[in-house]
Amino acid sequence: MSQSIIGAAKPRVDGPAKLSGQARYAADHFPANMAYAYGVFSTIAAGKIASIDVSKARQQPGVIEIFHHGNFPHLHRSPSSFASQTKVDETRLPFEDDTIYYGGQFVALVVADTFENARDAAHYVDVQYTPSEPVTSLSQALQKNGSKPSEKNQHERGNPDGAYQSAPHKIEATYTTPVETHNPMEMHATTASWNDGDLTFYEASQGVVFAKNTIAAIFGINPARIDARSPYIGSGFGSKLWIWPHAVCATAASRELGRPVQLMVPRHQMFTTTGHRPATQQKLRLATDDDGKLVSISHDSVNSTSFVNRYVETCGVCTSSLYGCDNVRVTEGTAQVNQGTPTSMRAPGAAPGLFALESAIDEMAEALNMDPLAFRKKNYTERDGSQDKPFSSIHLMEAYDRGAEKFGWSKRDPEIGSMRNGTEILGWGMAACNWDALRQSSHARVALRADGRAMVSCATQDIGTGTYTIIAQTVADITGLPLDRIDVEIGDSAYPSGPISGGSWASASALPAVQNAARKAVDQLKGFATQDGATYADASTDKLSFDNGTLSLEGGESTDYTAVLKGQRLAEAFGEAYTGGDEKKDGYSYRSFGAHFVEIGWDPGISRLRVHRVVSAIDVGQIVNEKTATNQVEGAIEMGIGMALFEATEYDHRSGMPVNNNYAEYVVPTHADSPESIDVVLLDYPDYKLNELGVRGIGEIGITGMAAAVANAVYHATGKRVRDLPIRIEDLMRT
Amino acid sequence: MRDFSYTQAGSVGAAVKAHAQGQDAAYIAGGTTLLDLAKLEVMRPGHLVDVRKTGLDQVERTSDGRLRIGTNVTNTDLAYHPLVQEHYPVLSEAILAGAATGIRNKATTGGNIMQRCRCSYFRDNVSPCNKREPGSGCSAIGGKSRAVFAVLGVSDHCIVAHPSDMCVAMAAIGGYVTVNGPQGERDIDFLDFHLLPGDTPAQEHALEPGEMITHVTLDAPLQGAGSHYLKLRDRASYQFALASAGVIVATDGNTIRDARIALGGVGTKPWRAADAEKALIGQPASEDTFARVAEIAFKGARPTESNAFKVPLGKQAIVRALTTVTGPQAS
Repeated sequence: MSQSIIGAAKPRVDGPAKLSGQARYAADHFPANMAYAYGVFSTIAAGKIASIDVSKARQQPGVIEIFHHGNFPHLHRSPSSFASQTKVDETRLPFEDDTIYYGGQFVALVVADTFENARDAAHYVDVQYTPSEPVTSLSQALQKNGSKPSEKNQHERGNPDGAYQSAPHKIEATYTTPVETHNPMEMHATTASWNDGDLTFYEASQGVVFAKNTIAAIFGINPARIDARSPYIGSGFGSKLWIWPHAVCATAASRELGRPVQLMVPRHQMFTTTGHRPATQQKLRLATDDDGKLVSISHDSVNSTSFVNRYVETCGVCTSSLYGCDNVRVTEGTAQVNQGTPTSMRAPGAAPGLFALESAIDEMAEALNMDPLAFRKKNYTERDGSQDKPFSSIHLMEAYDRGAEKFGWSKRDPEIGSMRNGTEILGWGMAACNWDALRQSSHARVALRADGRAMVSCATQDIGTGTYTIIAQTVADITGLPLDRIDVEIGDSAYPSGPISGGSWASASALPAVQNAARKAVDQLKGFATQDGATYADASTDKLSFDNGTLSLEGGESTDYTAVLKGQRLAEAFGEAYTGGDEKKDGYSYRSFGAHFVEIGWDPGISRLRVHRVVSAIDVGQIVNEKTATNQVEGAIEMGIGMALFEATEYDHRSGMPVNNNYAEYVVPTHADSPESIDVVLLDYPDYKLNELGVRGIGEIGITGMAAAVANAVYHATGKRVRDLPIRIEDLMRT
Repeated sequence: MRDFSYTQAGSVGAAVKAHAQGQDAAYIAGGTTLLDLAKLEVMRPGHLVDVRKTGLDQVERTSDGRLRIGTNVTNTDLAYHPLVQEHYPVLSEAILAGAATGIRNKATTGGNIMQRCRCSYFRDNVSPCNKREPGSGCSAIGGKSRAVFAVLGVSDHCIVAHPSDMCVAMAAIGGYVTVNGPQGERDIDFLDFHLLPGDTPAQEHALEPGEMITHVTLDAPLQGAGSHYLKLRDRASYQFALASAGVIVATDGNTIRDARIALGGVGTKPWRAADAEKALIGQPASEDTFARVAEIAFKGARPTESNAFKVPLGKQAIVRALTTVTGPQAS
């Protein structure tokens, strides 16, 4: 069993609880005497609060208290440090002052006995504003105030400008991507209860340890007195990595009122006060020699950020290393707009950045009259030029070849619009994928219990991706116990400290700790078994093996392990482990790779654009669970289709307020938009330099490059190079 | 959502009476528009009269070959009703192109006709909007006006499109709406039921205060005709039409004998393209003919900068729908 459980296509162990409604999310907890909070959100994007009149609202049924900048308790800002696990993207506390920095900012908080009464009373809070002219878009911000360069993430090697000038073949193009909103199904929510100075709060969170430490910093209390819980999350895509104002609102209201308070962010305010992917503008310049070898790459990007905090979208994060080239420059900058603060959204930096780079690569190949796949292979590298280190494990060439073969790339007719099917013109495009392979430190505890079950605990989370399942598989691998005898406890900051669920690093970080803890538990069990008076007294532990819940002595008898524990009246044998973070990375650059191949259909007679077929070959190290891994990539492909064709948060250019702030008008792919076939090829080469399991993460890689692959396919069908996402039918209708 | 009182009426008479007695009364059936907008405080009914227990849930053929649909027939039941599938396939197609299964299961025939627009400025409860607050202005003009905004029938006071798919098919088929109210019962031609915005966009329909829809009666099906509803949109499902066409065409050989064309997503009301129909009759079924009548249908279109593509898109919807109905020999 232990050889086959890692990599096996096991169904999610948390599936039945979710399907049967037993899985309780942050707003599914109802502590006794709980009150409900509802926000009043600014209806202007810039200006000052002139007055707040709560007299009418106070008279509404069930109202308990109304908070605003005049009466909100004094709290502290989070230092916002990754190292101290207090990172936030918006450091300003709710109700700090009377300034409006963005539309949808909390301006008041109504607490009432029921959700309906709180929401109703919120409509009666009369807020008068002194508006000022908002900055409503990135382009307007750049025009008005220009951009501020980022000091971090800059890279320059060789002489990119000189090489560009003297090169025989070159292209230059500017690409833009719009604001995108994460839109997880589950709304952000907090259920907070104080008890004698101790706080327990359920938060829709991708990082319970960060949630605990951040709230501790904001309330100025010892983190040991806080328990942050997030056993189930209806996804987050990055929007639930850090604490946002609603969590501070609910927690403060609960402390002030001396009773539990729940606050759920309404859908339309998930477009304003819980982060978004910022708008980007990216200038790409590529140049090659006559053989098609890249001699210069420059990638200069700017992104929108808020007037509250600076968030840099690292668009050039892949550009500095994906291709072999001696002359490379990457710069990033920001410009302030009157929107809430941006945050990480699935593959931050890489998703918009690879749209630009992989579109530009396609344009360069075309300028050279080269097949885009052949051009990429020509410029393949096994060394990260930005760090001058070899990649720890790279099989991108195989990803190109296997993806191309499955897709049938060799049958592609390069002529624009030449491939047809009925009323449709078919377009075939491809792009590379790329993402960091990171690893953070983690603790874990595994107990082999006298009732025959194993219990593993770690303060990481499952954001719907399969973490419960792969942790159980890792314990099964070491202990031989079947999955249905392994209880996984995660999503609670009281457990041994674990990684956030983000950056595709939860698996690579938590599983080594779980694996070591399981081994230690087995070791302790063997120690118990060989103690005086125990089953194998006086035997050497080296002569004992443990598999399928059975202890066996070399050449001797076997015993069910529970008998050893019961015989000594012990509850369990346990192990605790700590595994470190990035320190092992010396000498290598750790990244994941892959390639997307896409077929689109464009029916010019009715201006209909659909994605028909996707083949993605992905190189992310050891696959722990083929089912959940494939599912991650498939979901990312769908999200990439949304990024390419549909997604954009639109703001009124006069008011700066978002206008498509609901599920009907913020368009994402439906099931009916799913390609007729999605074929995910997992290369499954363990990266043992990153960790003992050879595991990298798989959450982000699938979305990177996807929008470019679609855009390149659209170009192949229509001859229209759309450089501004999303690609809309009107872009293709223009003659 | 404000507090409201609620009456469940057991008959049309009781419903009309309860409505007359309530303050700021409104009828409610499936609630898919009203509850949504009440939660946003865009609609603030003081008294709700639930009409779902008034019967009116039958679909039946009248002796003169028409189809009489009770107001409480759900969108799902109507779309799958054998009489609709056999005699009015365009209506079935149109209903099933709209919303999603869960909504269609709740939404009713009368409610679909009464559904309100998807303009974000109307829904935000803050921006100037002549529909919500007469005289305050139209924020969509000069604002974001792409997907759910019209190019036909617009005025300087409102440009939002009527969102329904079902109503487009009904406009093509023709018929009348039966209403009941304090003054008794009357019939309103389906094409006169919805009003152009003009300078009174808050007045969306021909109902008098206190009146409720009880039935829709569709004209007898056009003999020997084929039909099709084609809905064009960014994504494949769950989006209001960018442009749609419901067409019913009868041919003699390759000559168009009779035709009905109605448009969705492009008009401020379910849009019957009568001039285009006239130009089609007697003509050969060919793509040239279809392109010509599509031009006629969009004569007088007044798009905004961001929805200008709806004019060529709407024409494409007409051409492809007509081509589909008249067969491949026309393309």
